Amino acid sequence: MADTTRGKPEIRLLVSTKKGLWTLTSDSDREHFAIEGPEFLGHIVNHAVPDPRDPRTILVAARTGHLGPTIFRSRDLGKTWQEASRPPAFPKVEDGDAKARAVSHTFALVPGHPSEPDLWYAGTSPEALFRSEDGGDTWSGVAGFNDSPWASAELPWASEEGVEPTPGTPDGDILHSVVIDPRDPTHLYVATSANAGGVFESRDRGESWTPLNRGCDANFAPDPEKMEVGFDPHCLQAHPLAPDQLWQQNHCGIYRIERPAERWERVGDNMPAEVGDIGFPISLHPRQPDTAWVFPMDGTDVWPRISPGGRPAVYRTRDAGRSWTRCDRGLPDGQAWFTVLRQAMALDANDPVGVYFGATCGEVWGSRDEGDSFRCLASHLPFVLAVETMTLPA
Amino acid sequence: MKVFIAQPLRSYTNAAEVEADGQDLSELLLDLDRRYPGIRFRIIDEQERMRQHVKFFVNRQQVGRLDVPLAPHDEVHILQALSGG
Repeated sequence: MADTTRGKPEIRLLVSTKKGLWTLTSDSDREHFAIEGPEFLGHIVNHAVPDPRDPRTILVAARTGHLGPTIFRSRDLGKTWQEASRPPAFPKVEDGDAKARAVSHTFALVPGHPSEPDLWYAGTSPEALFRSEDGGDTWSGVAGFNDSPWASAELPWASEEGVEPTPGTPDGDILHSVVIDPRDPTHLYVATSANAGGVFESRDRGESWTPLNRGCDANFAPDPEKMEVGFDPHCLQAHPLAPDQLWQQNHCGIYRIERPAERWERVGDNMPAEVGDIGFPISLHPRQPDTAWVFPMDGTDVWPRISPGGRPAVYRTRDAGRSWTRCDRGLPDGQAWFTVLRQAMALDANDPVGVYFGATCGEVWGSRDEGDSFRCLASHLPFVLAVETMTLPA
Repeated sequence: MKVFIAQPLRSYTNAAEVEADGQDLSELLLDLDRRYPGIRFRIIDEQERMRQHVKFFVNRQQVGRLDVPLAPHDEVHILQALSGG
């Protein structure tokens, strides 16, 4: 392959799919992306994540449809991989309880605080939080969350026997978001899509947790105002420069909160009514706290959960959700019915910011002008589960 | 004893047939994991349940428990059903 990137920083996209991992690479102009892969062919790669604290390190959460889940680690930008010697797993229950939890898959990998270079967090299905203190080689459960009522399979509003819990997502309940306060590594937020789902806050490195869900809707429950948990955040983010500003794309809209407030505000009400504010991902501008991007999907009728009207678009706000701009230049203007999942939208840190998303139809799209226009960077890939970016120095 | 390894697990063993020891299936899997680190968790979960689509045969008879006793000349097959697109 011709080296078109010599002398300029590289932008890499790690594209995780249901059948393996692909890498798209460009120089900082982001004009031409070269595609390489697959790595882990045939594996369901839920999340491939670079380590911002060590730019040659990548962690990958993978399983196959039939074998158990594991974690792979590379310290040479993906040239070689080592499997974790102890992947995330629940403690063994000695009495042989048939319902004892086992990790189905690791869904999300999150690098720890910059002051803790070997620390990683993992969110799994069923919903649980794991931590590694050795760069991802061995993992232990965060008992403060995993043994709490918030990681329970019980329906919070079920009072009658015979009401069986149902999985929070088609692939099972998940802990999908971990947010670490850049000012304090012991201050954490997590979010789950689960029976007792919601956003939770810890101020003691995960030993204890408090729900943070007031103000969110839950139109699948009769009385959400009276619930502490049982909500369905799809994606939780905090702005790195203004970490008291939290955003979530929820099953029931787009929400924002400024701590120490305890009540979320539905800023998605300001989206066009014909599009709505249902979706999976939300991404925050690395420098501008009031700027965010979402990718709406159709939440009407029987919840098609694909691009409304077959016309996919990113929506961008530059005023903290008070108004939203449709960003669809370059995207198909009809008969395009894909979905962008919660980990499948990512940004680079360039100026202007690059906006990227991977679709369930196997396409990867990118914008190098903060969403003003998009180009298709790759097509015919498998179902895209996640996209992450990394910038490598020249 | 001889252990036949399903194709999706051969990234660990680099062979279709390997040797491993144990008084029962549970011990055999621990020995396999010592020889081929990581393989056990792909086929047995943390509660020591066989993963759903992994099947174990001892002397060509399917077994459903890990405490099945083994003798040195037994033959173990670890197979995996494949389905889906």
